[in-house]
Amino acid sequence: MSTAVRDPAALPRLGWTLVVLVLLWPLLRLTDFHPAALFEAGNLTAMGNFLAGFLPPATAPDFLSLLGKATVETLAMATAGIALSILLAVPLGLVLTRSLSIARLGPGRRGWIGQSLRAVARALLAVLRGVPELVWALLFVRVFGLGAAAGVLALGITYGGMLGKVYGEILESTDARPARALLEAGSGRLAALCYGLLPNAASELVSYTVYRWECAVRASVVMGFVGAGGLGQLMDQSMKMLNGGEAASILVTFLVLVVAADGLSELLRRRLA
Amino acid sequence: MGFSLEGVGLIHANGFRALRGIDLRIAPGERVALIGASGAGKTTLLRVLAASLRPGEGRVTLLDGEPWACAPAALRRLRARIGLVHQSPPIPPRQRVVTAVLAGRLGQWPLWKSLASLVLPVDPDGARAALARLDLAERLYDRCDRLSGGQLQRVALARVLYQQPDLLLADEPVSAMDPALSELTISLLNEEATRRGVTLVASLHAVDLALRHFPRVVGVKDGAILFDLPAAQVSDALLRELYAAEGGLPLAGGLRALEPAETAGELPPLRCA
Repeated sequence: MSTAVRDPAALPRLGWTLVVLVLLWPLLRLTDFHPAALFEAGNLTAMGNFLAGFLPPATAPDFLSLLGKATVETLAMATAGIALSILLAVPLGLVLTRSLSIARLGPGRRGWIGQSLRAVARALLAVLRGVPELVWALLFVRVFGLGAAAGVLALGITYGGMLGKVYGEILESTDARPARALLEAGSGRLAALCYGLLPNAASELVSYTVYRWECAVRASVVMGFVGAGGLGQLMDQSMKMLNGGEAASILVTFLVLVVAADGLSELLRRRLA
Repeated sequence: MGFSLEGVGLIHANGFRALRGIDLRIAPGERVALIGASGAGKTTLLRVLAASLRPGEGRVTLLDGEPWACAPAALRRLRARIGLVHQSPPIPPRQRVVTAVLAGRLGQWPLWKSLASLVLPVDPDGARAALARLDLAERLYDRCDRLSGGQLQRVALARVLYQQPDLLLADEPVSAMDPALSELTISLLNEEATRRGVTLVASLHAVDLALRHFPRVVGVKDGAILFDLPAAQVSDALLRELYAAEGGLPLAGGLRALEPAETAGELPPLRCA
């Protein structure tokens, strides 16, 4: 084979693959990752005994009514938290989106204003999501006391940081030409967003938002520790009382909620496709 | 409402020199065709005229204003008066035809009107009228991904007709249409420019279309202007020099194409492809 037709990307590709493998190996050693330990006889029975403690799931009527109430609380908390995070994420995500920058047309002369705004927004989003929601919750408990308010606020802030970053990146990876053409014809940023980017990006944005809502439902377990109520608190109590059956029922509830969120996401994606 | 370019040169971000020493003065209401081999700089030149690329050298005056000396708000108003038909229509595939056409006036509408139009189109009659001139009126509420390439190109044209710009620019607006449809579409653009007394600049791949429909023809080669003449004075020798690298003249209408003008009236009526 002559050198003229050799793929110039082949050698770098091989190089980077090797670099990744070489970096990954010490990380696996560092974490004591020995998957074979899962299947040793003693460990299997230990896990089996632990799991057997969860069976059968609790179905006592008064526990189920407690479970229902906690589920509603969790859904309310997750939904309120996500609503709050959307309020944070939409403006910050839009600021991040380079394809909606009017100063980049040309490019114009005052591009540095937008660039510094984007850097500030990026840093702000990093702070919001860099601090785990539990830490935010512990902070807000000192203001609002034990209860759902602290949990909702903590969820809203952390998830606002995540949603904002991903909204920005989804909009960036969407075909920028329609929005650019509109900006070039004098349209404003928001109109260019709605007419140029959203038709292509809407289903992706919705699906990520619903996925984050699903995560917020799970995160309520953590919120239970700050007395935010809901399934998390119920789980906390059951685990402390070593009641495996109740814990199993709660886990089944989580599973149902996750499957429901998946269905909702699928439905919305199909509507927007 | 014409424009002038003085000594305009432009180097793209990747270091490619697209334009060099362009001097071009076009009076209000003139109709000019840009011809030249692909890669000659026609698209770059049109984007400079659309105030979407800022040249590194020389001076640009559009519609009696200097776009790159304007404040951002004034530049936006200037851009709203310029309509560019892109070579590949920058329309999101999921958008409906009516929305894609109404998007032509986003630069003139206040934000609330643009957003309201997404819920319920504010001017379906206007969009329909623009589409009717391109024989696409019955596709008003279809989605753009159900149209053929030529139909989509006509939707993009309808958008610019609806915009009613003072400077009408078109970048190979008929590249996806058959010869008969190309003929009619170019006639329509000329008729629109004449009727409203606005300036029209169109780049065309087919030389015969340019010579038949435009009083003035500018030949672009290697980023510079090779000739700038009334259509009648464009000689075979000049054309051969212009397309020297392509080894032949690109024509839309076959052998008889370079003969004197035939009116579009003899062609079959515009049908929906």
